[in-house]
Formats: sequence, C-alpha cells, structure tokens
Amino acid sequence: MLAPAGDYRTSYREDMTIFPTRNSRIALWLGIALLCLAPLALGRYELGLLINIGFLGIAALGLNILVGFTGQISIGHAAFFGFGAFASAWLHEVAHIPVALCIPLAGLMTAAVGLVFGAPAARLKGLYLAIATLAAQFILEDFFARAQWFTGGVAGRITEPFTLFGWVADREQSYFYVVLAWTIIMFVAAANLMRTRDGRALVAVRDHYLSAEMMGINLAYYRTLSFGIASFYAGIGGALYAHYLLFVSVEAFNILFSIQFLGMVIIGGLGSVMGSLMGAAFMVLLPEVVQVAADALSGSAIDRALRLGASISFLREMAIGAAIILFLIFEPDGLARRWRLIRAYWKLYPYSH
Amino acid sequence: MGEEAPILEAERVSLRFGGVRALTDVSFSVRRGEIFSIIGPNGAGKTSMVNCISGRYRPTEGRIRFEGRDITRLRTNRRAAIGIGRTFQNLALFGHMTVLDNIMVGRHHLLRHGFLTGMLYWFGGAQREEIAHRREVEEIIDFLEIQHVRKAVAGTLPYGLRKRVELARAVALRPKLILLDEPMAGMNLEEKEDMARYILDLNEEWGMTVLMIEHDMGVVMDISHRVMVLDFGKKIAEGAPEAVLADEHVKRAYLGEADEVVSEAPEATEPVAP
Repeated sequence: MLAPAGDYRTSYREDMTIFPTRNSRIALWLGIALLCLAPLALGRYELGLLINIGFLGIAALGLNILVGFTGQISIGHAAFFGFGAFASAWLHEVAHIPVALCIPLAGLMTAAVGLVFGAPAARLKGLYLAIATLAAQFILEDFFARAQWFTGGVAGRITEPFTLFGWVADREQSYFYVVLAWTIIMFVAAANLMRTRDGRALVAVRDHYLSAEMMGINLAYYRTLSFGIASFYAGIGGALYAHYLLFVSVEAFNILFSIQFLGMVIIGGLGSVMGSLMGAAFMVLLPEVVQVAADALSGSAIDRALRLGASISFLREMAIGAAIILFLIFEPDGLARRWRLIRAYWKLYPYSH
Repeated sequence: MGEEAPILEAERVSLRFGGVRALTDVSFSVRRGEIFSIIGPNGAGKTSMVNCISGRYRPTEGRIRFEGRDITRLRTNRRAAIGIGRTFQNLALFGHMTVLDNIMVGRHHLLRHGFLTGMLYWFGGAQREEIAHRREVEEIIDFLEIQHVRKAVAGTLPYGLRKRVELARAVALRPKLILLDEPMAGMNLEEKEDMARYILDLNEEWGMTVLMIEHDMGVVMDISHRVMVLDFGKKIAEGAPEAVLADEHVKRAYLGEADEVVSEAPEATEPVAP
C-alpha cells in the first residue's frame, strides 16, 4: 500500500479504516455530496442510468462476495435478483407492508431461498457447483412462470412506488436518493464485513480451505453463508429494481442476465468491493457509449457498410462480450486494479521510478 | 517434567489408504511443555501422523487423546478451539490476504462477532474486538520480527518470511500444542537458527508444547527433549535425542541396509545389496 509521507498512524483504529488517507476520505464525502446534488443537474435519463448502476451494483457486490471473495461460482444470480423483485412486490400487495420495509424483507426472503440453493455448496466445488446453481436458475425461472399467486405469472406484476412518511419517490429525481442510500449502506456493510472475522473467514476458505479448517473455520457453514449473503444483496438489488420500473415481468431474469452479473464482477474486479460498483457502471454505460459512437458515425461509410442503426442492439451485446474477453486477457483483476494503478501513478507523478 | 498426564496420547494408531499402510500401530505420548520431534526417512508416515492429530485424516484404527479427551473423530475445525495449532509442510498461507489478515484469521475461534455485527462494525462492538485482538496479534508480529511486512500480501513474500508468517498464524490460535511440519525445510543456516530460537521461545516463554517434524538432524538433536523415529509407518525408536541416535534400528533406517552389512560383516567379500 502506498501511504503519503508523513502519514503516521498512532492507533490501531486509525490503521483499520476503510479509506486509508485523508484525501481519499475527502474525495469520498465530496463524491457523495455531488451525487446528492445530481438530481438537480441531471435529466431523467441520466438519473435512470445512475439508478441502474446502483441496484445492479448492489446485486453485483453480492455476487462478488460469493465469487470473488469466497471463490465459489453462481450462474443463477439473476434468478435471485428476480426473486427479490417479486418478493418485494408480493409483500406489499398481499401483506400491505410499506414499500420501505418490503425492500429489506425481500432481501431476507431471498437470502433464505439462497441458503436453500446454496446448501449444495457445502459439498460441491468448481464445475459441479456451477451446474447446481444453473439448476437454481432454471427452477426459479420456472417457479416465476408458474407461481401466479407470487409473480402474477406471465402477465407480470405491477409494483407500487417507494413511499416513506408520505414522501413518494415515483420519479427518477426522488427515487435516486432511495437507491443512493441503499447503495451506500450495502457497500459500507460489505467493506465492514471484509475487515472482520466472518469476511476474513470467507477469503480464507477461498485461498486455502485446508488451512482455513485448521484455523477453526467451518467450511460448510461459510460456503453456505456466502450464498445467503450473496442472495441477500441480490434480493435488495431486485427489490430496488422492482420499485423503480413499477412493473416486474418473468422474462427479465434469464440466464443471460446472470452471465451479465458475472461479467460485471469480472470487469470490476474479483474480490474488490468498489470494483463491483465499477463493473456495474461499466455494464450500464458501455451500451450508451456504443450508442453515442453509432450516432456519431451515422451517415458515414462505416454506417452504410454495417448498417449501425439497425444492428445497434447486437452491437451492444457484442461490445459487452468483447469487453469481458478483453478484460480477462489484459486486466484479469478488473477495473479496481486499474484504478489503483492510476492512483499510484498520480501519487508518484512525476517521479514514478 | 513430572509424571503428570501427557497432553497428547496416540494409542495404536493405524492409517491405511486402500492397500497402503501409512501408519501401523503407532503409540506415543507427548508430555506437557516438551519439544517432541518425529523423524524418519521420506515416506515414513510423519506427516500422516501429524495429519491424524490435526484432523486432516481419520486413523483407521487406534485412538488419539488430547488432554485426556478422545479427539479421534473430532471435526478438524473444532480442534483449534481446544488448543491444537499447526503449520504445513508446503506453505499454506492465504496467498491473497495481507500478513496481518492471515494472522487475524488465526484468531478466528477467539473472535465472537459474526457477519451481522461485523457489517455494523462501529455499532455492536466489532471494532472494539478487532482492536483488542490486533493488539495481541502485534505482539506475535513483534516476536517473529515480521513488522516490516505486516501490510504486504502474503503470496508475494519470500519463502523464509512466509514460513514465519505461517508460524505467526498458528501462534495466533493460542494453541496449547503446536504441530510444526518441517518448519525449517528449504531454509538457509541463518534462517534455521532464527526458527530454532522462535521454537525454543514458544516452548519456554509462551508455554506451548511443540510437536515437530524435521529433517535437519542438527536442529532436532539440539532443541528436542524427546524424539520418535518412524520408518515405513512403524515406530522404531523413541527417547532422548542421544539415545535415539545411538539406536541400531535408527542407524539402519537412516544409513541403509548395505552399510549395515558392511559394518557387521567386514570380512564378507561382496556386500549383499537387498
């Protein structure tokens, strides 16, 4: 770790902070302040993108805890995301619980489901576990399509906007704050988890499970727990999604979406809390960049040859696929590492050697 | 050392993998407060024995008692809490964690805050607990002289340091019995001397009983109170280092059959190789 000269820690508390330097803390608070002002400056579309980054980032963080930190695999994350979305909508409609409470409750329900599907993780590893989670994906998808009482079946389910003490967050300008608050809470919680006992135990299970066991770590417990936590995060993300779109339909939570979550985690950086947010931002913003590029090229020779306007939806998918491959080859540790390198570069500039 | 009950007793322990007999009827006991070494040629079953004690393997027959309690079938992850720590022959650090985190994992069974209070960190006491344990971990770091690498990622350290970090992690468990599987393998003389000093300090000042596998005879003879010799999974000798070294069976196991034939029958024209 690079610490600036003269930064002497005099207590263990100072040495155990999430953001190690004063500048990084200032940047953090400035960033949050700027985000709080964002609804004043940005339009609905841009805010919508930020909201997407928020709830996808939360769900991606859950998957990162499972894949990046605990070293397991799940290709059914979107199904848990969907379960959270339906659960929150269902809780509100059936039990008339306020939406503000439905979101955490949906998270807990999803965690319970995740624990059930995570149970095989106590015994399975690698490819076998991947297939077991694939089963979770298909079972849940099938459940969504059939459980009319829960999901509204193929017709989908209308959801209510978020309300808190009479304040209704039914537009991007207001809902943005809900997602921002949840995102901060969930990311701080994950950062805290990773610097305490159970978080370290998860990483220990990933790095060397035999010696982890010798250190008194119950492998089955932590492998299953990691599924529970991952599903909790997916459920919260899904619930936030549900009350943003105000409509949840079955088709959204397919295996492609699950793969996209894996893409976010890989691009952002396996085993990095902030990387999960970066990966989600990358996934949300990449199609926008592709769109902008296509617009800029419209009318040019390239456009005529490739018919960019008509094939823009393919191009988005292909850009995501290409990004994942390129990251795997050139930056397997993801955006988080790239970000660290850039920071280190500026810290040392111009004497980088 | 008086005649108090031994801290560890192995009673006719046998271990078989299919047709392979890794251990056959091995019985021994380790007294509280001693440094006990297991030596023997490669493949003699030394690591298998340690694995039986640490819970990696279940003995096929026989029993292992720790402080009078039968631990033969105790789950591996429960053995840290009753006071058994170990290091591994091939380094088994958590490669992507910092040295500090590696050692803090050793505190796992002593920490009480789970994922819920861990996530809340400032509320509910997790932070206080972390700080309290950090203080103790720093003492271990001081003792093993790894202050300069405490924030380094364990997987990036040179071999000798990694061995020390692994020892630190085992010490952090606060074990009553520490199992060291070849703590000095691959070290140069200076590193070996350091390691020998650490082991002696752990034994004398930290009050840990040490069970050690080591190939370096010099070290074993210098610091062990008692030595057990295994050969082909069988115990062939046990006792004070000098006595064991003088034992005929041990000489045969270490020096080989051919030498023995030469020394016992010097007038034979051709040494009969087996």
